[in-house]
Amino acid sequence: MIRVLKAGLYTTIQDLGRYGYRDYGVPYSGVMDAYSGSMANVLLGNRAHAAVIEMTMTGPILEWHCDTSICISGADISPKLNDIPIELNKPVQVKSGDIVSFGKLISGFRSYLAVLGGFKTENIMHSYSMYQGVTKQSKLFKNDELLIDVPLKGFAVKHAAIKIKETHFITKHIEVFKGPEFQRLSKAQQGLLFAKGFTVSKKNNRMAYQMEESLENDLEPIITSAVLPGTVQLTPSGKLIILMRDCQTTGGYPRVLQLKETSINILAQKFTGDLVYFKLRA
Amino acid sequence: MPFGERSVLIQWPAVIDENVLSDIILFKAKIKNKSIKGIVELNSSYNSLLIVYDVFIVSFETMVNELKKLYSQKERSPKFISKQWKIPVCYDTTFAIDLDAMAHEKAMSTESIIERHSKTVYTVYFIGFLPGFMYLGGLNEKLYTPRKSMPRLEIVKGAVAIGGEQTGIYPSESPGGWNVIGNSPIEFFNPKSDVPCFANAGDKIVFKRISLKEYHDIKTLVAAGVYQLESKVIDD
Repeated sequence: MIRVLKAGLYTTIQDLGRYGYRDYGVPYSGVMDAYSGSMANVLLGNRAHAAVIEMTMTGPILEWHCDTSICISGADISPKLNDIPIELNKPVQVKSGDIVSFGKLISGFRSYLAVLGGFKTENIMHSYSMYQGVTKQSKLFKNDELLIDVPLKGFAVKHAAIKIKETHFITKHIEVFKGPEFQRLSKAQQGLLFAKGFTVSKKNNRMAYQMEESLENDLEPIITSAVLPGTVQLTPSGKLIILMRDCQTTGGYPRVLQLKETSINILAQKFTGDLVYFKLRA
Repeated sequence: MPFGERSVLIQWPAVIDENVLSDIILFKAKIKNKSIKGIVELNSSYNSLLIVYDVFIVSFETMVNELKKLYSQKERSPKFISKQWKIPVCYDTTFAIDLDAMAHEKAMSTESIIERHSKTVYTVYFIGFLPGFMYLGGLNEKLYTPRKSMPRLEIVKGAVAIGGEQTGIYPSESPGGWNVIGNSPIEFFNPKSDVPCFANAGDKIVFKRISLKEYHDIKTLVAAGVYQLESKVIDD
């Protein structure tokens, strides 16, 4: 068992998401940055769908009541084991009584902590991913007790050498495809989408990232239709909204672009004030 | 058209129409029956069907040709049973927080609004927005009411509301800009079940007016897990 001594800003349990229920209005959810979330699992030898802790900007304080291995990937929030700094992207042994904590945010925005065997919370529709209204708990709180899904004896002995893509955290390029309503934009509007940089506004969370800059918009709303994580909507006020993992299943704003899946992961590591550029893929 | 790396979006004419709805439902059923390898998600809405595959689409053309072939196949249509559900709704002032304002605005009696709202057979077009939120078609034109300019931060679970030309029921507490005229004591989304919603696209809904006492009685039965929702199979 692992006890949450402090939860941090916004800490949840996530796996790769809840698939096959969009027809009932159920969002996918799942790790915002699937690249980093999976990396933490892979390095421990876990299956890709194992549940991890997703932390946002600040980390939790965790008290361990078992001997196991962990691995932290994604944003660098200065992780520590009993106050001694630990490396990212490397399995680390923890023992009963140990304390894992986090400090200053150095790079990225979301960090992932995987445990050998994965975390186990309420299983709803074949997923542990927390989402308000679907799972009873929508985030972690102080004094929560976490269980391990498949407790394994001993420690991970994997010393896999995986090179982390540095560009994942520094690139400003967000690769996109044309969205269903892209052709309705004028040539000038289309040009501006790729010429201008767009800044992540304060309104950014697991559901969506709203961008600061406006684009002149005279498009009619569409009849409510399917949207996906990575869909870029153009609102009547001309703001762009990029939908993320917890987004609703349907929407009525024109869908002008669709992010490449790896670009959703890249955007998940950006936060307020970060500038990005859309790059059109064939 | 392609929609990202592993989805296909099929669009019908941009209208809200029952014929379009049945065409979409029929095609969706055909695809389900075929159990095409790699399809993880079928999500229909008013005039579109989203098909999500479990891997990146290598040849969009091949996918589309396969789907086109299936669409035009004249094989016996798969059995599709639609149902009509009778949803209890309490229009008591305890819940109907916008009913008086609406009546005033429309110069109609609250009674006549309730009458029109509960005497209509609605069509379930699809479920979206919130888990278990049914997009219903068929609202009486006299009841069309613009959304509030400032959405409420909290609309309670079960709220029956009108927004523009639509009416719906909030399956869970949520912010929202619709005008609330009643509340239903039943559950519209059960996350514990593999089929979390009782209704499907194409089903019909009628509202059955209930008193405040009946509301609380039903609420008790729902909490005990013994409430039986009335429904009947519709013959085409």
